[in-house]
Amino acid sequence: MWEPQYETMTRDALAGLQLTRLKDTIQRAYENVPLYRNRFREAGITPDDIRSLADVAKLPFTVKTDFRDNYPYGLLATPLDEVVRLHASSGTTGKPIIAPYTAGDVAIFADLMARSLHSAGVRRGDVMQNAYGYGLFTGGLGFHYGGERLGATVVPVSSGNTKRQIMLIQDLGTTVITCTPSYALVLGETARELGVDLRETKLRLAVCGAEPWTEAMRTEIEAKTGTSAIDTYGLTEIMGPGVGIECEEKAGMHLWEDHFLVEIIDPVTNQPLPYGEQGELIITTLTKEALPIIRFRTRDLVTLNATPCACGRTMVRMSKVKGRTDDMLIIRGVNVFPTQIESALLAIKGVEPHYQIIVDRERHLDDIEIWVEVSGTVFSDEFRVLEELEGRVRGEINSILGISARVKLVEPRTITRTAGKAKRVIDRRELESQ
Amino acid sequence: MRIKQISVFVGNESGRLVEMLEPISQAGIDIQALSVADSADFGIVRMVVSDTEAAVTTLRQAGFILKVTEVLLYEIPDKPGGLMKSVVAPLARAGINLEYFYAFVASEPGRARVVIKVSDPAAAERVLAESPASG
Repeated sequence: MWEPQYETMTRDALAGLQLTRLKDTIQRAYENVPLYRNRFREAGITPDDIRSLADVAKLPFTVKTDFRDNYPYGLLATPLDEVVRLHASSGTTGKPIIAPYTAGDVAIFADLMARSLHSAGVRRGDVMQNAYGYGLFTGGLGFHYGGERLGATVVPVSSGNTKRQIMLIQDLGTTVITCTPSYALVLGETARELGVDLRETKLRLAVCGAEPWTEAMRTEIEAKTGTSAIDTYGLTEIMGPGVGIECEEKAGMHLWEDHFLVEIIDPVTNQPLPYGEQGELIITTLTKEALPIIRFRTRDLVTLNATPCACGRTMVRMSKVKGRTDDMLIIRGVNVFPTQIESALLAIKGVEPHYQIIVDRERHLDDIEIWVEVSGTVFSDEFRVLEELEGRVRGEINSILGISARVKLVEPRTITRTAGKAKRVIDRRELESQ
Repeated sequence: MRIKQISVFVGNESGRLVEMLEPISQAGIDIQALSVADSADFGIVRMVVSDTEAAVTTLRQAGFILKVTEVLLYEIPDKPGGLMKSVVAPLARAGINLEYFYAFVASEPGRARVVIKVSDPAAAERVLAESPASG
């Protein structure tokens, strides 16, 4: 372990540390950020009302649009001259989310990334090829400085240029790849097309994050790249990567609770839920200086588990992200998450986990079509066989979601591959209403 | 006669067939017989070419998924009832399932050729050996 004094502390000691840090964060946010001061006043509370960890539930939520409304420096809790770095989200619409860091924040970021990478199994002596995008995105520099702090040999290749990535894996003796899960699959497939078997290289570990993925996709990545694939969790608003990560047990992502206070709420009623129930993850930062964030609504649907882990860490474990409250599609009144469709596809042999969901509205009725890439192994020159395959996919989706979907088999590589996040859903209903 | 046929999965997008045929023509490969079958979503192009191996390599490089299957090639009389009497009826009588077939005119006048995919090729060969079709 990188910081066993924290990673294995008793839940009681942890709660004490969290309360001290929570009070400090709330005080600083109240004094320095007009948004928080105004919201506290509206709710009729002051920092003195927070006497226990449970009191956090009295505090108002912070949401994604708060960042946009206070762009670029409105949420900054320190003078700008204390800020040594700015990151920004890869926002596709409107202004990006700006994440400022003081020297202290940058140091904690690197420490938590080192702690995370160590938990994933990265050690001094590993050659870590960092294929997260460098630049404004927190992933590139986050993994970079964490790897350096740990003492690994970091290769700052950034995202893209897949052929060069594969060449470097072979030539530099890369043992660890850090990238999005969809890019890990692209690497595996491209290597195969180039006649390179990644399983015969020194590559042994893939640290994947920045988009939700399933257990079945893990199996695919591991088979195609010859790695053990570790899931990691992070958000630009909170810090970037390094908020949580799996240990080698792969039994949930440990959230670093000495730096982040986590809650689970029902996303509809906003009421707290007990551990074990699926709900929206809420995070309050405990040590951030430039950007203290109180009760951030992550929109990620997860479950938490505070029972001790076989690895010895006491930090709460979070399930894989089961869906996003804002990615959730409502199709004919049924809640549908893209990850459910992915699970359905991966249950069928020969179907690639490359898919796109197209939602449309015909005669006021929601219509869902799923494009699925056909793999070389499953292709048959008989229609009957391909139609049976479409039928199996339809049946699997129907049994998981309880709705009928049209399934369209498409050629390999029809669905756009990205070095970053995969675009899974095209919702044409929104376009029509605009 | 047993021959090799290439079946290619082609998405239903305009111009996709051109993208498939172009590299074959550029590689100097002759298409001797071709059939396109399509559903609403996708098509399967089946063809017999002068150099199967070269065509497979070319198409794979162009990113197509394909399958090489063994089919039967027969020459039949190009006259009314020729197909029925020499191929279809004998196979039906023998209970051999015809999965698909396509026909094209042979270079020799008065003769036509058919490519046949059946459930049991060996049995079909025995049946057709006694019919007016020549393999």
